[in-house]
Amino acid sequence: MNINATLIGQAIAFLIFIGFCMKYVWPPIIQALDERKKKIADGLAAAERGKHEQELAEKRAQQVIHEAKEQANDIITQAQRRGNEIVDESKDNARIEGERILNSAQAEIKQEANRARDELRAQVGSVAIAGAAKILSREIDDKAHTDLLQELVGRI
Amino acid sequence: MASESITTSGYIKHHLQNLTFGEKHVESASGVWTSTGELGFAESAQEASQMGFWAINVDTMVMSLVLGGLMMWFFRRVAKSISSGVPTPAQNFAEMIIEFINDTVRGSFSGGKNDLVAPLGLTIFVWIFLMNLMDLIPVDFIPVLVAQGASLAFGVDPHHVYFKVVPTTDPNAPLGMALVVFALMLYYSFKVKGTGGFLAELSLEPFGKFALPINIVLETVTLLAKPFSLGLRLFGNMYAGEMVFILIATMYSASLVLGSVAALLQVGWAIFHILIITLQAFIFMVLTIVYMDMAHQRH
Repeated sequence: MNINATLIGQAIAFLIFIGFCMKYVWPPIIQALDERKKKIADGLAAAERGKHEQELAEKRAQQVIHEAKEQANDIITQAQRRGNEIVDESKDNARIEGERILNSAQAEIKQEANRARDELRAQVGSVAIAGAAKILSREIDDKAHTDLLQELVGRI
Repeated sequence: MASESITTSGYIKHHLQNLTFGEKHVESASGVWTSTGELGFAESAQEASQMGFWAINVDTMVMSLVLGGLMMWFFRRVAKSISSGVPTPAQNFAEMIIEFINDTVRGSFSGGKNDLVAPLGLTIFVWIFLMNLMDLIPVDFIPVLVAQGASLAFGVDPHHVYFKVVPTTDPNAPLGMALVVFALMLYYSFKVKGTGGFLAELSLEPFGKFALPINIVLETVTLLAKPFSLGLRLFGNMYAGEMVFILIATMYSASLVLGSVAALLQVGWAIFHILIITLQAFIFMVLTIVYMDMAHQRH
C-alpha cells in the first residue's frame, strides 16, 4: 500500500483511455443514437401523416360510394320510367295497330258488301228481266226495255 | 493461502500487499535496508516500501490495463459496426450505458459544448466499475493462480508472490485518476475563466477582497480537497469492502461451522457489494462531471 510510480502509470493509462474513448468510441455511437432518434421521429410523423391520409381516403371513399348509390338510384328510376314509357308506347302502338286492322277489316267488309250488292244488283236486274221476259214473253222487247230496267236496278 | 502454517494476520497482510516491481533491497541489519542495485519483485511488504516512489505495482497495472483494454475493445467493436437500424444485443447494451451517461452529463454539466466530458464520464464509470467488479471474485482465486503459475514458470517461492486483484484497492489507481481529473479541472478553469478570473475566484471569495489571505487558504484547501476526496472515497470504500471479504475468507479455515457461516456471509456481502461497486463508480463519475461543470462556471 505504497504510493509509487503506479500513480503515474494509472494516470497515463487513464488519459489514453479517455483519448481513445473520445476519439473512436463516443462520436460514432452517439451519432448513431441521434440518427436513430431522428428516424424514429420521422417514422412517427409519417405514421401520423399516413393515418390522416387514410382518414381522408376513407372519407373520399364514403363520398364515392354515396355518389355511386345515388347514381344507381337515378339509373334505376330512369330505367323504370323508360320501361313504363315503353310499355305505354307499346300499348298505344298496339291500340293504333288494332284500330288500323279493324278499320281495314271494316273497309274490306264494306267493300265486299258493296261488291256483293253490285253483283246482286246486276243479277237482280237480269233475274227481273228474265222474270219479266217470261211473264211478258212477246210484248216486251229485250233490247227496248233493258235501259229502263237498268235504271230501276240502279235505284235499288 | 499458500501453506497451512500461515497465520490469520499473515494471510491478511499477504492479501493486502501489491506485487511491486522496483529496485531490490535487502535487510543487511535489523531495520537497515540497503539497495542491491538490481531490479526485481519485492518479496515482502517491507521491501516493497523500501523501494520508494520509483517502483511499480505490476498487479494493479496489469489488472487495470486488461480491464480497460477489454472495455475499449468492446466499445470500439460496437462503434465500428454500429447502425441506426435495429441494434444487436451488444450494441443495445453499449447504447444503454452511453444513453445513461449522456443523460447524467446533460443533467449535471451546463458548461456548453464540451466533447471531453461525456467520454470522460463513460471511461470513468465503466473502467471503475470493472475494476471494482474484481472484488466479487473470491479473494484467493486469482492470487493463488498467479502464485502457483509463477512458481511453476520461474521457480519462485509462491509465498512471496503477491497479487492484489482489485486495482481500486491500491490507492495509486484512484488517486492517479483523481490526479487526471484535477489536471483537467485546472486546465478548464484557466481556459474558461482566464488566469485572472481563476485567481480572482481563489482569492476574492467567499469573504470579499478585505479577507484575501483567508480566502486564499479556504479556496486552496477546497480546491485540493476535491481530487483527494474523489480518489480516497473510492479507495476507502473498495479497501474496506475487500477487507471484509478477506476477513470472511479467514473464517473458512477456522471450523466447519464458522466456514458455513462464512459462506453465507460471503454471498450476502457480495450481493450488497454489487450495490457499492456500482455506486462508487457512479459517484466518481458524477463528481467528476460536477467538478468539470464548476471549472466551466464564470462568476
